[in-house]
Amino acid sequence: MTKGSVKFENVTKSYGEFVALKPLSIDIAPGTLCTLLGPSGCGKTTTLRLIAGLESATAGRILIGGQDVTHLSATYRPVSMVFQSYALFPHMTVLENVAYGLSVKRVPKAEAKDRAETGLELVGLSGFGSRLPSELSGGQQQRVAVARAIVLEPEVLLLDEPLSNLDAKLRRHVREEIRQIQQRLELTAVYVTHDQEEAMAVSDRIIVMKNAEIAQEGTPHDLYERPASAFIADFIGDANLLDTEVIATGDETRIRLLGQELTLPLTAKHTGAAKLVLRPHQVRIGSETLPGSLPAEVTYAAYLGNQIQYTLKSEAGEIFAVAPPVAQPFRQGDNVHFSWADNAPRIVMT
Amino acid sequence: MTRTAAIWLFVGLAGYVFLPWYMTPHGFWSFGWVIDPQGGGESGLYHLLSGRFWLVGPLLGILAGFAVLGIIKPPIARSRGFIITATAGLALMIAQGLLIKNAGRAAAEVSLWQPGMGAGAFVVALSLLFVLTSGISGLGKGRGDAFITSLIGLIVALVAVFVFYPMSFILVQAFALKGGQGYGISEFLPRFFDDTVWSLACLMGSGYCGAAVNSLVLGLSTALGTTVMGLAFALVFTRTAFPAKPFLRILSILPIITPPFVIGLVLILLFGRSGTITVYLSDFLGTEKTRWLYGFWGVWLAQMLSFTPIAFLVLIGVVEGVSPSIEEASQTLDATAWQTFHRVSLPLMRPGLANAFLLGFIESVADFGNPLVLGGNFNVLSTEIYYAIVGTVADPAKAGILSITLLSMTLVAFLAQRKWLGKKNYATVTGKADNGQNAALNPGMKWACYALALPWAAFTLVLYGLILLGSFVKLWGYDHTLTLEHYTRAFGMVFRNGVHFVGSAWDSYFTTLTIAAISAPLTALVGLLTAYLLVRQKFAGKDAFEFSTMLSFAIPGTVIGVAYVMAFNFPPIELTGTAIILILVFVFRNMPVGLRGGIAAMSQLDKSLDEASIMLGANSATTLRRVILPLLGPAILAAITYSFVRAITSVSAVIFLVSARHNMATAFIVGRVENNEYGIAIAYSAVLIVTMLVAILLLQALIGRRTLRRTDRVQTA
Ligand SMILES: Nc1ncnc2c1ncn2[C@@H]1O[C@H](COP(=O)(O)OP(=O)(O)O)[C@@H](O)[C@H]1O
Ligand SMILES: [Mg+2]
Repeated sequence: MTKGSVKFENVTKSYGEFVALKPLSIDIAPGTLCTLLGPSGCGKTTTLRLIAGLESATAGRILIGGQDVTHLSATYRPVSMVFQSYALFPHMTVLENVAYGLSVKRVPKAEAKDRAETGLELVGLSGFGSRLPSELSGGQQQRVAVARAIVLEPEVLLLDEPLSNLDAKLRRHVREEIRQIQQRLELTAVYVTHDQEEAMAVSDRIIVMKNAEIAQEGTPHDLYERPASAFIADFIGDANLLDTEVIATGDETRIRLLGQELTLPLTAKHTGAAKLVLRPHQVRIGSETLPGSLPAEVTYAAYLGNQIQYTLKSEAGEIFAVAPPVAQPFRQGDNVHFSWADNAPRIVMT
Repeated sequence: MTRTAAIWLFVGLAGYVFLPWYMTPHGFWSFGWVIDPQGGGESGLYHLLSGRFWLVGPLLGILAGFAVLGIIKPPIARSRGFIITATAGLALMIAQGLLIKNAGRAAAEVSLWQPGMGAGAFVVALSLLFVLTSGISGLGKGRGDAFITSLIGLIVALVAVFVFYPMSFILVQAFALKGGQGYGISEFLPRFFDDTVWSLACLMGSGYCGAAVNSLVLGLSTALGTTVMGLAFALVFTRTAFPAKPFLRILSILPIITPPFVIGLVLILLFGRSGTITVYLSDFLGTEKTRWLYGFWGVWLAQMLSFTPIAFLVLIGVVEGVSPSIEEASQTLDATAWQTFHRVSLPLMRPGLANAFLLGFIESVADFGNPLVLGGNFNVLSTEIYYAIVGTVADPAKAGILSITLLSMTLVAFLAQRKWLGKKNYATVTGKADNGQNAALNPGMKWACYALALPWAAFTLVLYGLILLGSFVKLWGYDHTLTLEHYTRAFGMVFRNGVHFVGSAWDSYFTTLTIAAISAPLTALVGLLTAYLLVRQKFAGKDAFEFSTMLSFAIPGTVIGVAYVMAFNFPPIELTGTAIILILVFVFRNMPVGLRGGIAAMSQLDKSLDEASIMLGANSATTLRRVILPLLGPAILAAITYSFVRAITSVSAVIFLVSARHNMATAFIVGRVENNEYGIAIAYSAVLIVTMLVAILLLQALIGRRTLRRTDRVQTA
């Protein structure tokens, strides 16, 4: 029933004085792909290695599939891992690499070979078994690493920045493949990345981390639509953060922005200083003053063919906006007014 | 954890009940004790039942372990139980080993006397140790991996028993009072500061200096000389267009495969009383035949020849390590080549130079072969220690005191080296490509280097030619007819009804090869396993662990030889006269070499490879066997080769430990030299050098052939 679930109960990790992970509680449902997202050094890899058993927790309890594995060594945890560097054994062929886990578990030779070949087939590499890893391209090595991890039918698959060594074009393709395999096998997967687009594209749930603790967790949609802080708003999708103040809140919220009072159809946490979150594509730019529009100056305009990018300067902060291409774009130095579609922006407290 | 502990409990019990507890008179492997269980091959249980009540300790430890296994269920409590019972068992076992021997010797009576421990005791001790370490792993130490904790425990125990335990005897002996009247400080200080040790008379021009002063002066002179020569060679090699560089490489390897006193021998052929050059000079120039070779200058010259290659090998890395871009930067600032060298490159090389100097110092004061052959009245510590043991009046206390003096010198140098250079004098190459040109030497420097290095290289070459020539000449200096006599006397064979090895050297030759062949892989194994722990595992006390494993590098061979004789001549561990003691001394003397190579190689191996294997369900032992060791091919080869060569060429430690049954080549040759049979000694040396060359090539062909593609070795952050 709980097979494949991962649970942390107030897990901490310190290296001597240095706290790499503040008390962390997470709960990952079986069969889902959960991403750990955050800037470099925030503790993502540490969390992943704690699940793997490659690091031992300083305090707290770790459960996999309902079993307490806090003191179980990595060898015996029902978990596989795909490493950032792939970590393919250079002295073994591709098939030997994939069959390695089976052979150390004393699976009969013939069966191990069959299963390894099935694994290679799953990642689209049948026929490559007799090559050495060094004879494969980066993307192929990546897929061998995935095959090697999943032939053991682990309860949980861990992936640490699996795409970071691939070139940009391949990344999208491989991440889709990984997602498909995960869904087909109904694996629980924990995926580490610092790339928010990648996280949004593959995840059922995202746990955003910052400074060794969770900043916010939720579905990609939640995080994008309901950021809990300026950090999340900025980190998940580009966002303009404008200085504002909440004057009153209830079913609707009144704010003061650039000297004007505006009403937004949302509920703020409380009154006081806040940031207005405005996504670049939500910004409307016009030359006339309309009700609810605010003044700004174009400081930069770039024509990209399929869109035009503007940087605007306003008293409340700099605004980055994208607009569909038009025949007469605004130019640097133009005074403009900006506004947004109804119920587009969000408020986060500061 | 529990399974491991249980298995070792059974092994321990079996060892106690079935294996001969004490050393068997005819050796364990002859299995005489199986057929005749009463002939000295009685098990621990038998001895216990026949009245040796003190042997009950280890048995209690094992039985209590079984009780823990049966009664205590919660894993943590059970682990604690194992730790307590195994520790108690071990402690009781060690205590009876040390105490009963002493009581026995004092009382000198039968009932309380016992012989050295044998296979049974060994197996029981090992089992208790592993029960203890499994218990520790059960507490979550070493990431809960019993293999790791056991490996740490094993290596700590080995180093304790075979390095620290014998060294403690040196300390104790140094405080022994004359005439076996116990121990005390009263005689130590006067003897420690005795004139034979510290006299400065020779410096005032009146008589002989003390051995410590001689060693110190010799060590400093050799260190300085080899560093200068090594630097000259390294500069020629890296900063000039000298055409015969591969030749320099080969020349630098030759002394490594040359037994240490051979250079001394050949120098005698040239400069000795009836040496070619001495005779030539006295015949044609009418100068007197001097004995200058037998003293400081002779020893110094021999050491210079022997140890310059070591300095060269250290400094070549250092000189290459000075980044060309830094030198180029200096030159773009309009510095001349000399200014660049003097103000930029040299300061950057300073740590490397210090390293070469300290290594040269350690090698020089620890050197035994050359002073033995050439020393004459020039006494140094290493030879004085030898004479204190084998001289007409054996004086262990003197040997102890001199050993402490010598050890202090090498230890200070060793500590200085570690303090100044840190632990990481390997892996200095960064991944960043640095493609510039090293600054060429200015002409003055270049010719100075040539002037130093090339005659020296030529001289070395002449000496090696003489090794060959000398072995074919009847009696050097008197009768120069060519002959095979030395070879036939040493290595004669008779083919009649099979092959008969009648030559006098065969015995020691075969023993040497066998012992070197056994000890070399063991040395490599211990060294590499230790390297694995140091590079890949985290555990409390790791720094102390590393220091103690590296320490034996600083212990001069003579000192460890004396220590082994003192420690292992009596129960509880009585090994003198066996082949085992020779193997042990090689393993623990040469271990730091395998260790360094292993650390360097393993640091280059991406850690995620081990982790990947662990994640795929392999335990540490399997990972080591199937992933790490196969990828360490070249390092293993180097460690085995080097240990093999060192086992064959070593003389200082060995000379105390050989026996009639197990004589070693170097000891045999020293014996011939002492009888003035130079021809045979040199012939034998030539055979050894050729043997080692062949062995190196064979090993290379055997292990080195598999080329691995290691694209994944790049370290990722
Ligand atoms: N073995 C270690 N010893 C000390 N500090 C470490 C160790 N491993 C990681 N850290 C520190 O812990 C923090 C979190 O690291 P990590 O989990 O790797 O971050 P990331 O989110 O980039 O994967 C970093 O500041 C890192 O420097
Ligand atoms: Mg990371």
